[in-house]
Amino acid sequence: MNVLTVLIPISLILGGIGLLFFVFTVRSNQYDDPEGDARRILSDQYDDKPKQ
Amino acid sequence: MTATMRPNISACPACSAAPAAEALAEQAAQKDVRIALSVPGVHCAACITTIEKALAAHPGVESARVNLTLKRATVEAAPEVMPEDLVRVLEHIGYEAHELDAGTLSATETDRAGRELLMRLAVAGFASMNVMLLSVSVWSGAADATRDMFHWISAAIALPTIAFSGQPFFRNAWAALKHGRLNMDVPITLAIVLALVTSLWETSLSGKHAYFDAALALTFFLLAGRYLDHRTRAIARSAAEELAALEVPRAIRVEAGEERQVAVSELAVGDLVLVRPGGRMPVDGEIVEGRSEIDRSLLTGETIPVYGGPGQAVSAGEVNLTGPLTVRATAVGEDTSLHRMADLVAIAESGRSRYTSLADSAAKLYAPGVHILSALAFVGWYLYTFDMRTALNIAAAVLIITCPCALGLAVPAVTTAASGRLFRRGMLIKHSTALERLAQVDTVVFDKTGTLTAGTPEVMNLDQVTSRDIGIALALAQGSSHPLSVSLTAAARAAGFDAAEVEDITEVPGYGTRGRWQGREVRLGRAAWVEAPRLARTAAWLRVGDESPQAFEFTDRLRDGAEAAIVALKDAGKDVYLMSGDSTPAVEDMANRLGIPHWLAEALPADKAARVQAMADEGRHVLMVGDGLNDTAALAAAHVSISPASALDAARVASDIVLLGGDLSPIADAVRTAGSAVRRIRENFQIATLYNVIAVPLAVAGFATPLIAALAMSASSITVSLNALRLR
Repeated sequence: MNVLTVLIPISLILGGIGLLFFVFTVRSNQYDDPEGDARRILSDQYDDKPKQ
Repeated sequence: MTATMRPNISACPACSAAPAAEALAEQAAQKDVRIALSVPGVHCAACITTIEKALAAHPGVESARVNLTLKRATVEAAPEVMPEDLVRVLEHIGYEAHELDAGTLSATETDRAGRELLMRLAVAGFASMNVMLLSVSVWSGAADATRDMFHWISAAIALPTIAFSGQPFFRNAWAALKHGRLNMDVPITLAIVLALVTSLWETSLSGKHAYFDAALALTFFLLAGRYLDHRTRAIARSAAEELAALEVPRAIRVEAGEERQVAVSELAVGDLVLVRPGGRMPVDGEIVEGRSEIDRSLLTGETIPVYGGPGQAVSAGEVNLTGPLTVRATAVGEDTSLHRMADLVAIAESGRSRYTSLADSAAKLYAPGVHILSALAFVGWYLYTFDMRTALNIAAAVLIITCPCALGLAVPAVTTAASGRLFRRGMLIKHSTALERLAQVDTVVFDKTGTLTAGTPEVMNLDQVTSRDIGIALALAQGSSHPLSVSLTAAARAAGFDAAEVEDITEVPGYGTRGRWQGREVRLGRAAWVEAPRLARTAAWLRVGDESPQAFEFTDRLRDGAEAAIVALKDAGKDVYLMSGDSTPAVEDMANRLGIPHWLAEALPADKAARVQAMADEGRHVLMVGDGLNDTAALAAAHVSISPASALDAARVASDIVLLGGDLSPIADAVRTAGSAVRRIRENFQIATLYNVIAVPLAVAGFATPLIAALAMSASSITVSLNALRLR
């Protein structure tokens, strides 16, 4: 059962990283135009990042 | 607004070592203006590229970005770039575009409330996944010290998460309780808090069952419903804002006898402003020229329009109904009642609140029922066992099991799917219950001019009319917003005619415009009003004094999709009516062309409203489709109303749904989608009820375990969401 002391913190940390990453995507306006972003990938034009 | 919205120009806030440079950079930034355009036709990757390239190629444009989700283009440009030029650029490459007021829109772009909800949703999702992991271990057999440890870890995750993510529910519940009312959030809050309290208690006593996972899953699912609901509302609100942005971005300033379009923000105290019929006063001021009726109902609730003449004070937001008015501004910008204009749409919409939405009627049944059930379970078990712990555990289980997860998701999931689908077809749902009301529609009433027709009639016989008559007609027509007048004005101006000197111009709604020219009365309007013979074709008649009337003949182009929409509506078993203020032959001709069985010609605004009201009294649910000043009353009287984006602002405010494109065929589609959306909502309620019927007896009997609660809750929420997705 000692393995739990390692596994539980690891699962929490991994989940936490995912959460932080999500917070980052929300903060950087990545959900403002989901449909447009889905289409832009098909365009030949280079499009560096979502508009701030 | 600008001060808070603008990002810090220095890379970090701490290193503002060069404030002068920053101020300079800021000045440069201020020079560029942001122009927002609504582009309802954009739908593909190629459109994005085409539009962005075309806009960027326009001189003075810094950058252009298309938002496909909002069907909007945002342009950063030098101040000399006029929005009209950009609209023309887009029209040239084949996209319809309207200018939007960037100032009004900026509030929506950083949708703070939506982001906050999304963040709470994410935290709740993260926490519930982790706690579920621990709970699954407990359910699959972890015992004794291990189980207690898992429970304590779950508590450590759940408590802060609920404190953060549950705030919207707690706030709403508290607000309701403070006013002595019950709403959906009261049982939710009670369920979450009770689940946490009993679980903590159980954990501290090394008990077997803890509901931390249920409390978190409940928060997560409900937040998901809330977020979807917020998205639909935000789109509706931004639609309302978009319409507000369409409404008064510009005013007509009279400078040394010339009319010039300027932004409302550029108006100063003392400016002369021309307000056309159907338009709103952009400023507070005093009438210096013109006579008219003024509709104050949106501001003061007075239903009868008041007379307006020289010397009378008007305030921003009032609607000028009949004659063109020149107003000297006494207060502009922030000093006017302009701030009230932001609420105008909301006020207009509050008139529709007599309709109770399906969600509200469900909540009205649900909220008291749950409390009574859970209180009964508590009292019953306490009297049976005299054990507080058992009784509280069962009461909590009942509350959790009856959780309105499915109920909370039932409506938003469907409306999100439906309004998203309609938005892609070019319809903006302005009102949250519009879909439900649209589903009940059995009678559809169309206006003719501007609605079934493209609203841009063309003058046919300008070359057969003397230039004197054209001059007089131009003077009479140029102050009017009626489609025929607008077209006549444009055609006469394009042909190089000047307006004659006509005084005392008044528009008589539903009849025409009259004035005084060289001491003689001149009238421009419908045949009956100027005592002229009727023509089969749409015509406006000019009568100078006692001379025989002169006709201006127009042709109407049918709007795209008009025929398809009417055929589809008739196939769906709806009664279709045509009501127009136009002459009988013209209306009859149109009705025959489109195969509309019932029609009403030469209808005055009051007639239209009365007919719609009469149909409503017969028990019909009327969908009114109209665009003009004369339709506004009928639009407000109808059960649900649609107006095209080209409609007069008064009509757009009064309607529930706005057609963004010029095509009418989405109307039939909307009625069908609304019907199936309401069917899905009802099915969802049935699913939620069925699940409660099965699970509640288990909970009351004390057989519910956290595992059963988790299974039932997730299963019902997922079924409801999947059912909503079937709408596509």
